[in-house]
Amino acid sequence: MRIAVCIKQVPDTETKIKLKPDQSGIEPTGVKWVINPYDEHAIEEGIKIRDSNAGSSVLVFCLGPKGRCSEALRTALAMGADEAVVIDAPEFLDTSLTGRALAAALKKEGAFDLVLTGRHAIDDNAASVGQILAGELGIPHATVISKLTLNGGVATVEREIEGGTKEIFEISLPALLAANKGLNTPRYASLPGIMKAKKKTIKEVSLNDLGVDPAKGAFRYAEFRLPPEKPAVKILAGDVKTQSHELARLLREEAKVL
Amino acid sequence: MILIFAEHSGQEFKRGTLELLTAAQQSGLETKAVVLGAEAESLAGQLGAWGVGEVYVCGDPLLKDYNPELYFSIMAAAISEAKPDYVLAASSMLGRDLFPRVAQKIGGAVASDCTELSFSGGAAVVRKPLYAGRCSARVEFQTAATKIILMRANQLPIGQPIKNTTANIRKLALSPVDLKTRIKEIVKGASEKLDLTEANIIVSGGRGMKGPEHFKLLEDLATVLGATVGASRAVVDAGWVPHSMQVGQTGKTVAPTLYIACGISGAIQHLAGMSGSKVIVAINKDPDAPIFQKATYGIVGDVFEIVPSLTEEFKKLLQ
Ligand SMILES: Cc1cc2nc3c(=O)[nH]c(=O)nc-3n(C[C@H](O)[C@H](O)[C@H](O)COP(=O)(O)OP(=O)(O)OC[C@H]3O[C@@H](n4cnc5c(N)ncnc54)[C@H](O)[C@@H]3O)c2cc1C
Repeated sequence: MRIAVCIKQVPDTETKIKLKPDQSGIEPTGVKWVINPYDEHAIEEGIKIRDSNAGSSVLVFCLGPKGRCSEALRTALAMGADEAVVIDAPEFLDTSLTGRALAAALKKEGAFDLVLTGRHAIDDNAASVGQILAGELGIPHATVISKLTLNGGVATVEREIEGGTKEIFEISLPALLAANKGLNTPRYASLPGIMKAKKKTIKEVSLNDLGVDPAKGAFRYAEFRLPPEKPAVKILAGDVKTQSHELARLLREEAKVL
Repeated sequence: MILIFAEHSGQEFKRGTLELLTAAQQSGLETKAVVLGAEAESLAGQLGAWGVGEVYVCGDPLLKDYNPELYFSIMAAAISEAKPDYVLAASSMLGRDLFPRVAQKIGGAVASDCTELSFSGGAAVVRKPLYAGRCSARVEFQTAATKIILMRANQLPIGQPIKNTTANIRKLALSPVDLKTRIKEIVKGASEKLDLTEANIIVSGGRGMKGPEHFKLLEDLATVLGATVGASRAVVDAGWVPHSMQVGQTGKTVAPTLYIACGISGAIQHLAGMSGSKVIVAINKDPDAPIFQKATYGIVGDVFEIVPSLTEEFKKLLQ
């Protein structure tokens, strides 16, 4: 089985976000970059499936500035992926072009039975690239999957939607599946894994090689703003009864939410 | 022209749909809508009063449950027929799964998880949070093709149906699709309450609740308020409650009118999922808990004393 995993690098959740003076984006210096948490589940699932299907391989793709993205790929290799491809791209590329570039990069590497991604990237929470990539490849998709079983050419997936309801789909391969948190527990890279990953070469492709013009996006983000300062919290004094009574009053009369 | 994807529960339109209808009413643009599923025709009748001129309906029984390929096929057909400038839909599980694929097919743009929407001179002005709400940006569309905007629920006001008109109903037929995806089973969730992502009020519990048996206190409070109960990751990881209840960066992003955090410290990953709430109440025995920095109102004290007392007070207030 040939498995492709597409990952994104995002700022660590604890990173303080600063804006560029012209508000055209965030200040990239000082940002600590990590693999998008949901994508770690995609890598883990790819490795697990490879290990239980003889003759399988896992190729990991990452699109973004090649310097930092190579580090994410190095981590994926250290976890156990077989090969890695970095698609060198500017800091921002919209979801349609990202999907198109990934599709072209995958096609360059041949056909895949399974394409795995995370359910969304925690930076812009777009949850779009997977489905766009599946569309470009002409294969079906299922997103937010928390369970996956393979049986021949068919994947049975469980997808949790609103109200704890679960949709269970059977989907013929090749397909793109986007991982939710419950799917598995991502492994840590082992020391031997890290040593082995250091020796591997990461293949590099440019957007130009893939026929994608970064200037032709369908949208971009502009006029960045920090959230407005919250007024200081009102701490309610008195005994428990007074506090509860006062809260009920404030929610009705001041905040007008009850 | 605006095309609204009118998501519904079978009985009624979802809150998010009413918000989009209101935004469309105020836009001054011609508005059409799409309603899918067995109940489509009876629901479509309500839309004229909202100023919708034309409704595309497809009541094919195959659309009863969500199959991405069938929904994709019918939506692509509706869009190529209506040729809207904008498609408005909820950033729901269905919307988020479906519309990126539709955008790819029609060569348009999709912006999901948007929180601000207005229209100026016929053009949509859209903003969305980035980096888990640590900043936001305007979505600047750069295409003449259809632009699809997926809005988070509870972000826009709901107006009233105003017109005494009926919409034109246009029936769409589902073309045969060589299906690669089959629905094997739909397992209904136990909860009768609104999903966290749609709830107007959320009562949320963290490790300070000390054990799963005490979530009953939060459920009592939630029942009085008509709220949905949420949780921090710490208690989900401890197995007290299912992951579907988790609020935060690796759980659900919520933006209710009122969020009551009980025994939750306010870690940055938790705040990421709820800091967009309009009013935040924090109950925590530690006066230095970070949750107080985001809260509107705070009570420093023991959840086991305060929560039952609040339930009583709200009961009095609301009856
Ligand atoms: C990559 C990543 C993703 C994450 N995603 C999420 C996420 O999606 N959602 C999430 O919630 N967390 C997430 N976390 C975890 C997060 O960092 C915190 O560990 C978690 O939110 C803490 O949960 P808590 O507030 O319930 O527990 P604690 O931090 O232990 O806080 C318990 C609080 O209860 C108070 N308390 C104790 N007893 C009482 C009492 N009797 N009365 C009143 N107050 C009391 C304490 O003072 C304390 O403030 C993530 C972490 C990482 C690294």
